[in-house]
Amino acid sequence: MASEFAVEMRDIVKRFITPEGNEMAAVDNVTMQIKNGEFFSMLGSSGCGKTTSLRMIAGFEWPTEGEVYIEGVAMGHTPPFQRKVNTVFQSYALFQHLTVYQNLAFGLEMEGAKDDEIKKRVGHALDMVQLTGMDRRKPKQLSGGQQQRVALARALVKTPDVLLLDEPLGALDLKLRKEMQLELKALQQQLGITFIYVTHDQEEALTMSDRIAVMSKGKVQQMGTPVEVYERPSNKFVADFIGESNFFEGKIKSLSKDEASVFIPSLNAEVVGMPVSEGLVKGEEVVVSIRPEKIRITEKDLKNTNLFHARVTNTVYIGADTHVYLDVNHAKLKVLEQNRISRLDPKSFYVVGQDVWLMLMPENTLVLKKD
Amino acid sequence: MNPFRRSPFVIAAAVLVYVFLYAPIVGLVLYSFNASRANVKFEGFIPEFSDRVVMDGSLVKSSPCGPFHWYCDLAKNDDVAEAAGNTLTIAFTATIISTIIGTMSAIALQRYDFKIKPFSQLALYIPIVIPEIVMGIGALTLFSQLFGWINATFNLSGNARLSLGMATVTISHIAFMVPFVTLVVQARLQGFDKSYEEAAMDLGADEWTTFRRVTFPMILPGVMSGALLAFTLSLDDFVITFFTNGPGSTTLPIYVYGLLRRIITPQVNALSTVWILIVFLAVLALQIIQNREQKQHS
Repeated sequence: MASEFAVEMRDIVKRFITPEGNEMAAVDNVTMQIKNGEFFSMLGSSGCGKTTSLRMIAGFEWPTEGEVYIEGVAMGHTPPFQRKVNTVFQSYALFQHLTVYQNLAFGLEMEGAKDDEIKKRVGHALDMVQLTGMDRRKPKQLSGGQQQRVALARALVKTPDVLLLDEPLGALDLKLRKEMQLELKALQQQLGITFIYVTHDQEEALTMSDRIAVMSKGKVQQMGTPVEVYERPSNKFVADFIGESNFFEGKIKSLSKDEASVFIPSLNAEVVGMPVSEGLVKGEEVVVSIRPEKIRITEKDLKNTNLFHARVTNTVYIGADTHVYLDVNHAKLKVLEQNRISRLDPKSFYVVGQDVWLMLMPENTLVLKKD
Repeated sequence: MNPFRRSPFVIAAAVLVYVFLYAPIVGLVLYSFNASRANVKFEGFIPEFSDRVVMDGSLVKSSPCGPFHWYCDLAKNDDVAEAAGNTLTIAFTATIISTIIGTMSAIALQRYDFKIKPFSQLALYIPIVIPEIVMGIGALTLFSQLFGWINATFNLSGNARLSLGMATVTISHIAFMVPFVTLVVQARLQGFDKSYEEAAMDLGADEWTTFRRVTFPMILPGVMSGALLAFTLSLDDFVITFFTNGPGSTTLPIYVYGLLRRIITPQVNALSTVWILIVFLAVLALQIIQNREQKQHS
């Protein structure tokens, strides 16, 4: 292949005129390099610029500034029908007046493929998405999940270098969605083509992706593997958006090459031995982030450092886990306890008003810059 | 039990509506079988078939066509045949052209934002709301001024002179039909998701292929409704045609009006009956198309 990168977005800005006549940057100086054969996700809430970015790769929109490269070739104003990428639409956009077979054949006819070749390739694509024998149905006669598979097959039958997916599982129910996530990932690995996947569902992005770009307000907040964005979020937005976090405001008391201690007023205590990230200075106001599942609750005072007395204010049982809400000094905090044993006996768990001790393991906390 | 109880008032209103809508039509059809040539009073059906028409005063005693005497009479009338031919020629030509223009303008109004868009939208409603007679007089003024100027400037004489006729009627019909087609197609386009077109282009279709293979087939039911509406409007237009027609471009409504000024024979009723039948079939087709469209949407 011509380039190391399947798709590259360089300094992309996309401005729109709002109905009020103001200029708004939907995508604001975004640079992304998506490697060949990668499962790459753009993750963010609605209006973060992820769909606009995808549409600029597909060619439905043109960047105001910057350039999109596909296989190393600058796209400029190349129309969608001359780009070797294909899209799976959120609404599927299946042609209602055509059968499943005709929907799949459409793209091949545009390439000028011969009838027997079209027949072979459409049959193969339908087998791949397990819709063998459905070729004569109209889209309306299929279930939502089946329509989704037709949309996928219609894009894949063209054997694109890059497949763009715009929230393709959004309309499916939870169970089917989870099945399809694994199926999509398996399909991507089997075919070896680049997938660029747009979603607002962080669990979906974590499940499938090789790398994730977390986006907000038209900018990339962090780009990295699922483990990196979850375990080492680069700012408060990412820590908050991916998974859950308890946040405490504080001030850096001391700082060495690899450890920091932060005084947290609401706990009226200093948390010591926390890992540091770049760019922090002593005396800086910071935010300390701790994941709910990374806090340990003990019923005995272990006389340890980073141990805090707390009182249980509420417990919520949700099957696999129990959420425990606690008051620590002036701070409120959430802890996630796995239900490793049956909780049928109410005495097997914490009760409201109970006194407990919390252990914050410094290696599981993060010191983040204040936004 | 149905919570909406039927009130006698509602039933009476419904009956009255149907009576006033359909009684004249029933009467009209009945009188087309009248034995009386004067057609003032219904004198019964023509009772007998015979080799030739036998008259008794103004009463037809027997006819080769029996009760359908006036329909046969009509069929032999060359003027009617010519008027019907003119009407259909104008209706088909005007429908095809106004459907093309109307569909294109509906797509343009749906897809593009341009400065004069609110004005264009408003301009569509104006021909629908202003009285037809105003449009008719306007068209007549325009054509006579324009043709007068052209004839004088280019010194045209004899057959080369531009005058009112089939062309002016057709152009005027197109002008008043375009807004109707546009509005009907626009309604259809309202819910049209542009991702269908994007999907087609994504799969390798250029703009024209996308329109031909995806957009047009999907809006076709709307285009057909618009075309049928335009067709029926053109078929029975009187006012605008009256002002813009000339020698050799007499349409059926104009012809009937001409007959009425002389003598009303049941032939006029026979003609009207045939006509009602044609319009009824057109409306039925329109209804079937719309029903099918609704089924596709649900």
